[in-house]
Amino acid sequence: MPLDQSFVGRSYPPTAPYVVGREKIREFAAAIGDSNPAYVDVEAARALGHPDLVAPPTFAIVLSLPAGHQVALDPALGLDYTRVVHGEQRFSYTRPIHAGDELAVVVTVEKIRSVAGNDIITTRGDIATTAGEPVATAYSTLVSRGPDA
Amino acid sequence: MTTLVSYADVEVGQPLPTRSFPVTRADLVRYAGASGDFNPIHWNQRFALGVGLPDVIAHGMFTMAIAARAVTDWAGDPGAVVDYSVRFTKPVVVPDDDTGALLEVEAVVAEKLDGNLVRVDLTARSGPDGTEKVLGMARVVVRLS
Repeated sequence: MPLDQSFVGRSYPPTAPYVVGREKIREFAAAIGDSNPAYVDVEAARALGHPDLVAPPTFAIVLSLPAGHQVALDPALGLDYTRVVHGEQRFSYTRPIHAGDELAVVVTVEKIRSVAGNDIITTRGDIATTAGEPVATAYSTLVSRGPDA
Repeated sequence: MTTLVSYADVEVGQPLPTRSFPVTRADLVRYAGASGDFNPIHWNQRFALGVGLPDVIAHGMFTMAIAARAVTDWAGDPGAVVDYSVRFTKPVVVPDDDTGALLEVEAVVAEKLDGNLVRVDLTARSGPDGTEKVLGMARVVVRLS
């Protein structure tokens, strides 16, 4: 089933504020098997010039994935999420995410395509502090594999 | 920011240390919990087979996260990463055994940019004989001291 093209260009209201916790950064770093001291030891992070623990480069997915679900799981879009795999991902950082940041994501639908029976949607998540400081942008492309894929 | 490597000492074509990471089912369960991505294709074989996948596959985001270590361990400061993009070209299939899959990551300095920025290109391989490229256009831009 083709996706509803009218979603392209649609932006969603900012997500509820997400406060980045030290323990969440530590948990995420442990889950990716990464013992970089800047993820666990506040003094080590400060020695590198960070105000607090720094989040791993892909940590933003913790915010951007549920933010993107506003679009991907909307029945009106017509995406079969059971057949979704991740196609592409990009993070572009204005500055690293740190423990203590209070962040919100504004999701915009960038592109909707159908290629070889696969439905493909690209969203952009602009991540900023609740005070309005831009922090990062997450671009996600999801592919819902057609029945023959 | 302070990186272990300085911009002046880096040359285009310079390889970074090649890294090898095992990926087990337990890693995927743990990553699902930490990331909040509970898509069953990453932990439920019955579901994965039912939607036409060869077996449980790793989260693309897990592969992306561990591949980044080739650069962040080299640079020292993970906050030095200013841009990171990948295409997920093949899934990392993770069998239900004690060994799991193996992800091998090669990294090379591809370009020196203005502002002390360096682009590092990654090649990540997995699969039964370790030759399947699982990431395409995998690029990390990092700001060095």
